[in-house]
Amino acid sequence: MSTLLAVEKLDVRHGLLQAVRQVSFDVAEGETLALVGANGAGKTTLLRAIAGAHRPAGGRISFEGGDITSLAAHRRVKRGIALVPEGRRLFQNLTVEENLRVSSAARRSGSWTVDAVLEAFPLLRPLRHKRAASLSGGEQQATAIGRALMTNPRLLLLDEVSLGLAPVVVEGVYRSLAVLIQGGATIVLVEQDLARAMSVADRVVCMLEGRVVLEGPRGALTREQVTEAYFGLRRGATA
Amino acid sequence: MTWVSAVVHGILLGGVYALLATGLALMFGVMRIINLAHGSLALIGAYMAFLFTEHVHVSTYLALVPVLPGALIVGYLLQRTMLERSLRAGQLVPLLTTFGLLIVIANLLQYFFSPDVHSLDEGNIGTASWQVSSSLTIPWFDVLTLGVAVVLLGGLQLVLRFTQLGRELRATAEDADTAELVGINARAVYARATAIAVATAALAGVFYGMRSSFDPNAGANQLLYAFEAVVIGGIGSLWGTLGGGIALGVAQAVGGQINPEYFALSGHVVFLAVLVARTAMQARGFRLTLRGVG
Repeated sequence: MSTLLAVEKLDVRHGLLQAVRQVSFDVAEGETLALVGANGAGKTTLLRAIAGAHRPAGGRISFEGGDITSLAAHRRVKRGIALVPEGRRLFQNLTVEENLRVSSAARRSGSWTVDAVLEAFPLLRPLRHKRAASLSGGEQQATAIGRALMTNPRLLLLDEVSLGLAPVVVEGVYRSLAVLIQGGATIVLVEQDLARAMSVADRVVCMLEGRVVLEGPRGALTREQVTEAYFGLRRGATA
Repeated sequence: MTWVSAVVHGILLGGVYALLATGLALMFGVMRIINLAHGSLALIGAYMAFLFTEHVHVSTYLALVPVLPGALIVGYLLQRTMLERSLRAGQLVPLLTTFGLLIVIANLLQYFFSPDVHSLDEGNIGTASWQVSSSLTIPWFDVLTLGVAVVLLGGLQLVLRFTQLGRELRATAEDADTAELVGINARAVYARATAIAVATAALAGVFYGMRSSFDPNAGANQLLYAFEAVVIGGIGSLWGTLGGGIALGVAQAVGGQINPEYFALSGHVVFLAVLVARTAMQARGFRLTLRGVG
């Protein structure tokens, strides 16, 4: 499998706070990578930096072999990177269909159309002409994922897609993700729920205070190892 | 019957204000920029049309053919070179930038065209009118102006509702950062919005110039009426802008009927009354929310 995304020694700051420190990892074509870690570990900042919403202070991001570190966010979408942001961030005054259609600004052709999204998320079908503001959390999440898919991405970045949703809704969201993964999509997902992350991902990267403290394929890591890294229990040993 | 006549003329006058207010409402709705130079940009449109009618000897309507595309380009460049930088520096800076632009434009117009008043020829339609009764005549030019305002606002509404540009404008207006994340070049969308706004300003300026004479300092006054129309109609709503323009026009015409001195004053009074009523309603809503919580 060829490398689709390569992150090398990435530093990202929020003012004086350094949220991501010297982070390096690769994502291969067709792979599903889970980023896990406690709140404030830098996962969301890392995803936003990859999507171009946040300029890194140092390091390099390359996609399909080309350097994209200084590329504007909308140009990265045109290259095939789509982010489903934390908190969904739908356009509240637009209808579900308009939220999906607005992504055609990316002008990437592919199999994802409004009809294909409605096929993948049948719950959206009757809501097509409703304003996004009137949707429930699960419906909004489905629309947000659909909106990202409408750009026909080669790499899908998912930030806490289960946050604030009822367990049964989360179940539904992950069922649709499983379909995407089977279809060969390349996904990087941030997930608080460790068990769920380890059940869908091929590989797990664990972050602590901005650094990668543990990385490995799903089969090679035990839940205990990840839990220790997650909470920084063996900090002396890893540092 | 004179009152009916005042109201009818007020409605028609509202067309001019609505035309002028359209671009102001668009720029505020999309970028939260209050463009203080809007009236001055409208004046530039009028002066450019004047140049074409004087030197190329075309009718004022035909002069719109080169003036409007020119205004689109001016608007695009204005956003890209000045307003975009101003926006990055915070919300107050575009206000200062456009205020500076207002002064620069007034002085440049004075330099090139002298402080004398100019006017534009409105053609045969300027003197034609429809005699409804002995006390009510409707000038066709005023009907044309209102018609152009309705078509412009309606057209913009359709563009916003049904086109990809419209969806991109609405999405960017709501959340520019997220718009970038779905592939929208937010800065290009802003530049297109300003281009459209300046073109509508130029159109309004040409109609204003055919209606009454203008001088290099007329921009600020026109801005005031346009601003009042936007506020009365509800900020950010296009049809509201039409309603606001008409409300302002009717208030002025009816006030002028009571006493010609009250013409401008009654418009300002309605504007202030709407502002006070809105604020009072918001305060009431706030209290109700608090009671609901407690």
